[in-house]
Amino acid sequence: MVTIEVNGRQIEALKSHTLLEALRRDGIDIPTLCHIEGLAPSGACRMCVVEVEGANGLVPSCAYPVQEGMKVKTHSPRVMEARKTIIELLLANHPDDCLYCARNDNCELQSLAALFGVRERVYKGDRNVHQIDSSSPSIVRDPNKCVLCGRCVRVCEEIQGVSAIDFINRGSKATVGTAFDQGLNVSSCIKCGQCILACPTGALHEQSYVGDIIDALKDPEKMVVVQHAPAISVTLAEEFGLKAGTDVCSLMTGVLRMLGFERVFDTSFSADLTIMEEGSELVHRLKNKGVLPMMTSCSPGWIKYVEQFYPEFIPNLSTCKSPQQMLGAVTKSFFAEREKIDPKKIYSVAIMPCTAKKFEAQRPEMGNSGISDIDAVLTTRELAELIRYFGIDMQKAQPSAADTPFGMRSSAGKLFGVSGGVMEAAIRSAYFLVTGNELQEIEVKQVRGLDSVKETKVDIDGIELGVAVVSGLNNAKKLLEQIKAGRDDLHFIEVMTCPGGCIAGGGQPLNADKKAIQARMKAIYKIDSNDAIRTSHGNEAVKRLYAEYLGEPLGEKSHQLLHTYYAKRDVIK
Amino acid sequence: MSVVRKILEKHSQPKRETLIPILQEIQEELGYLSREAICEVGEKLNLSASKIYGVATFYNQFRFEKAGLYEIQVCRGTACHVKGSASVLEALKQELQIEPGGTTRDGLFNLEVVACIGACSLAPVIAVNGEFHAGVSPDSIKEILNTYRERVVENDQGK
Amino acid sequence: MTKANNFNITVEPRNPDKFYFYIGTGTCGLGAGAGKTLNAINDYVAKNDIDAEVVEVGCIGYCAAEPIVEVEMPGRGRIGFAKVKGEDVESLLTQTLAGDIETERAIYQFRDDKRKAYDNVLFIDEHPFFSPQTRIVLKNCGLIDPSSIEEYVAAGGYESLTKVVQTLTPAELCDVVESSGLRGRGGGGFSTGKKWKFAQASGADQKYLICNADEGDPGAFMDRAVIEGDPHRLLEGMAIASYAIGATKAYIYIRAEYPLAIKRLEKAIKQAVHHGILGKNILDSGFELQIVIKKGAGAFVCGEETALIHSIEGKRGMPRPRPPYPAVQGLFDKPTIINNVETLANLAEIINIGADKYSAFGTKTSKGTKVFALSGNVKNAGLIEVAMGTTIRQIIFDIGGGIEKDRKFKAVQIGGPSGGCIPAQHLDIEIDYETLKTVGAMMGSGGMVVMDENTCMVDLAKFFMDFIQRESCGKCIPCREGTRRMLEILKRISSGHRTETGYDALQRFKGVMSMQKLANVIKDTSLCGLGQTAPNPVLSTLRWFKDEYEMHIYERKCPAGVCVELLNYRINEEKCKGCTLCVKKCPVGAIKGAKKSPHYIVEEKCIGCGSCVEACPFNAIEVE
Repeated sequence: MVTIEVNGRQIEALKSHTLLEALRRDGIDIPTLCHIEGLAPSGACRMCVVEVEGANGLVPSCAYPVQEGMKVKTHSPRVMEARKTIIELLLANHPDDCLYCARNDNCELQSLAALFGVRERVYKGDRNVHQIDSSSPSIVRDPNKCVLCGRCVRVCEEIQGVSAIDFINRGSKATVGTAFDQGLNVSSCIKCGQCILACPTGALHEQSYVGDIIDALKDPEKMVVVQHAPAISVTLAEEFGLKAGTDVCSLMTGVLRMLGFERVFDTSFSADLTIMEEGSELVHRLKNKGVLPMMTSCSPGWIKYVEQFYPEFIPNLSTCKSPQQMLGAVTKSFFAEREKIDPKKIYSVAIMPCTAKKFEAQRPEMGNSGISDIDAVLTTRELAELIRYFGIDMQKAQPSAADTPFGMRSSAGKLFGVSGGVMEAAIRSAYFLVTGNELQEIEVKQVRGLDSVKETKVDIDGIELGVAVVSGLNNAKKLLEQIKAGRDDLHFIEVMTCPGGCIAGGGQPLNADKKAIQARMKAIYKIDSNDAIRTSHGNEAVKRLYAEYLGEPLGEKSHQLLHTYYAKRDVIK
Repeated sequence: MSVVRKILEKHSQPKRETLIPILQEIQEELGYLSREAICEVGEKLNLSASKIYGVATFYNQFRFEKAGLYEIQVCRGTACHVKGSASVLEALKQELQIEPGGTTRDGLFNLEVVACIGACSLAPVIAVNGEFHAGVSPDSIKEILNTYRERVVENDQGK
Repeated sequence: MTKANNFNITVEPRNPDKFYFYIGTGTCGLGAGAGKTLNAINDYVAKNDIDAEVVEVGCIGYCAAEPIVEVEMPGRGRIGFAKVKGEDVESLLTQTLAGDIETERAIYQFRDDKRKAYDNVLFIDEHPFFSPQTRIVLKNCGLIDPSSIEEYVAAGGYESLTKVVQTLTPAELCDVVESSGLRGRGGGGFSTGKKWKFAQASGADQKYLICNADEGDPGAFMDRAVIEGDPHRLLEGMAIASYAIGATKAYIYIRAEYPLAIKRLEKAIKQAVHHGILGKNILDSGFELQIVIKKGAGAFVCGEETALIHSIEGKRGMPRPRPPYPAVQGLFDKPTIINNVETLANLAEIINIGADKYSAFGTKTSKGTKVFALSGNVKNAGLIEVAMGTTIRQIIFDIGGGIEKDRKFKAVQIGGPSGGCIPAQHLDIEIDYETLKTVGAMMGSGGMVVMDENTCMVDLAKFFMDFIQRESCGKCIPCREGTRRMLEILKRISSGHRTETGYDALQRFKGVMSMQKLANVIKDTSLCGLGQTAPNPVLSTLRWFKDEYEMHIYERKCPAGVCVELLNYRINEEKCKGCTLCVKKCPVGAIKGAKKSPHYIVEEKCIGCGSCVEACPFNAIEVE
């Protein structure tokens, strides 16, 4: 511990801390734009500058080590004028269109401008004008609103190992862009949307389908059905000012009905279905010397990543569609037949924590005889937008339960929302599939938690399985490289694109810190520990679907509806 | 073997630090950095195309379209500025009908502005394919360009 | 009689019975036409079958006299001739060889005890361009053949390195350099010895030395001239510095715009490796060094240490926050010392003459000499080296010979885009790190651009802001956005009064009002030295030439007549003959009048381009 003087007051700080960490720990709010917790400081935005006695000029607290006895002023007139000027300078090159901006009311630049009392455009001069890139089905890039903080660039490179975007050009012409200034759609972007979470302004946002859904809902010819992913019910509340980790599953179901969706299904149901298929696939591969390790296929960003960067691992990917696509497929087949409705008239909406799901839904192979499994995908944020649009007070809604035949779920399916969840659900069911018995210790603690890499051994009837769980594709990359280099002790690998899993997906509420992510995770585990049905194979609705329609896991019907294929993908990489 | 492949093979252990030299060599050979070249370098160095594009666009030296036969560099250093390089640049733009960074329609010249060539005692200076011309003025531009135009004609006749 | 040194380099003395022709073929010489001169000399030698050696030397610094040819013939001393074009060679050499020299062309001769001097030619140490100079770094420039290691050795080269590795420990060497008072010549002026000690003290397995030869300052060409003229001096300096800090690998980061300098360096390194000066176990001392050339790709900001490191690593040349300092964590995260060319080129001489003798040159806090690239509106543009403490007046008026066309001196710009202007009232200020700061300038790397009364200081400030905002790396907001807005403010001051609306005028005044604040914030918050010093050209011109700014802002006039949009044109009715030439030239049809009677300019239409002035054969168009 060291003691430093801040604004005339002595505070204690950890020796290893930067000045920013020390100040924030003490409850002093220091504005930042380019800072990302956990990554190396870049020192670009200069918002966090403070006065340090004896230093030349103001120093960026994010990149400055604490030293015993240093004297710091965090809000002196000199500091405040500097910060305000920086905001004024940013605004000089920023479009004045907050009213029309996707991030209106939720924009860091806007908040900072308000904080410093900027009430006019101080520097009137040339603005850079860029084209908006809306080529991607998932993400829209508006470089006009970019403040070049570089958070997206760092996340794309350091967390996801993709580097679809980088700084281009120099000086006042610098932008963040793709290689050769091409559209995101032909770039190596995996559509994960982590850049959107990182962006302080409206320079990056999801491709919105809210309008499409409003249109569909008022179309009398259409039967609009909706499914919600496991990670939605524990995050939606944040959009309405509730504490992170509040589960609003039944309220949300009620709200979805109020919005006019004729059926509300739970993607956790098809997560159970996925486990039946994927678990069987794993057992099949183990028994028949299939390609191992098998890798999960629920996370569409990861799938695109393998297709473009590691096509040699395509045979390792499970052929199972993701839960979203499985549910879409059985909705337009089994459900349509049961309800005696033309599948073309069903408009199938998925609420997802994910922007890559928008891309996944549009993959040409994700359908059956010209009818796509899913028609539109909304992120958690867009759902909140829709709810607000229709003037619904979330907290006063009537709680409700999901509809048959795809409304019942086990809590294992719900676990799909967190990193390690697919693995845990799979282990529970694989054990049963192989041994016919239920696992004694049903909670697999080794694969839980926010760690980006988790590995363990599982003993199933004397067969020792090596399993690994990774999230954040830079970690997946490292694992793939190990396997390429000869590592052979792994049988099953769960990969989720976003760090921590879908609870921290690119479509989730913004401004979540690590604490919020932890709260979301805890909420999922709480649901699991309180649930009566904790295994996918214990889901009666799934059993019924097999009995009435699909036959058996990996059977012919399953293959037609629930499995898919992948191919090497050429992108600018 | 492609030009790029040859250059890449020359660098026995391509690492990140060889990126800029490799790009310089490619540009030397091709006259510019093509997309294919950048992607190929990326594959070899295990770097994303956006990263290489980002590096290449940072530096003045790199261009992404074919250059002219003769590259005219106009020095805009302080000494040259004080001695009237702004009007020299204007005259060149007029004469060639291009902006800095552009190439004439006949593919003969491309015009570049450089911060300082480091020949301040000769100000104002322009360099054509590395040949320095000292103490130029808006009036002497045409004559200088004509010597290069003539060279092309001579070369053509020589063939 | 031949002589071999420690590296077994055999040195042959000049043959007293042979003819030697020396010609400066540095970039500046070639630009002035030395290529043709060289060919003409070679032709002459061949044609007349003379037993002669033609030696290409670097730039002696007197660029205004290029191409310079020196002749050394049996029995006579070495004599230099100015402005020898290709077509002059035949007559000049014929005459000279006949013993009859062209005195108008002869500029100087070297002292030589053994040979007969020429009459009526100044000795070089009497020549006003050379006599006030103290040449340490430039000692060999223009005298020896830079592509010959033997000539460098003959001039005492690599003796200092030998002495260092054989008699000094790295720590002792750091002490020597620290006590010499040598400070970084690249800008900040930090003590070189002290800087080394940070890296010397580190026990890291790998350390690096980087020579910063990315001479990006507009108006500076010292590094180029030194490398072109005496590359081995730099290599020797680098070897000494590497030995001091324990670096086994050193990089020279040099601008790609300096092809000749790169060629000379490549050759010099090859020679040094061949003779065991570079490589493993140098002089059996266990000291090992490899030197690698890295060509910069054109980014001024790469002169900044951390940006330079990123550039060598193959990244965008964007600076990063310090600490950690490169001396602790630099290239590839290893301790790295970055020195500029001039700093390193001083080392051999410091060892040679000793720290005490070296520190006898200069002022209390600034020791040794400083090389300047003297250019702009000065008679003798060129490369000079003076002892610290020399006054600016001595440099411009004694060495430089005063202002071109005997116009009035207005200011001198020192230190490039980070530096400032020094006005006439401070001409007697001494060259000294601290003193220069007191007048808002800085030592910088050594560009010295002289400006006469026809220079507009607002325009100059605009020039530098334009440069900086184009060369800003774009990383930190104050530099990227701030310099751009400052440029806009300056542009508004110096443009467009004819079309200006009330709104524009308001913006102009608002801009002027916020300029000082903006400058302070950019200085105070920018990430690297480039941004922190970016407002200097504006602040210093504003400080010394406030009147001129006010003329632009309030009276909308440019007293120097540079800001064309602020000029007013009027046709003198008495002089105008109505020839209509100006009417034809005017791009906007602003000139009216009947043929053969006086014309007039419609002020609202005039854009102030000045075409009419050039077109008028009767000087009838007056500008104010």
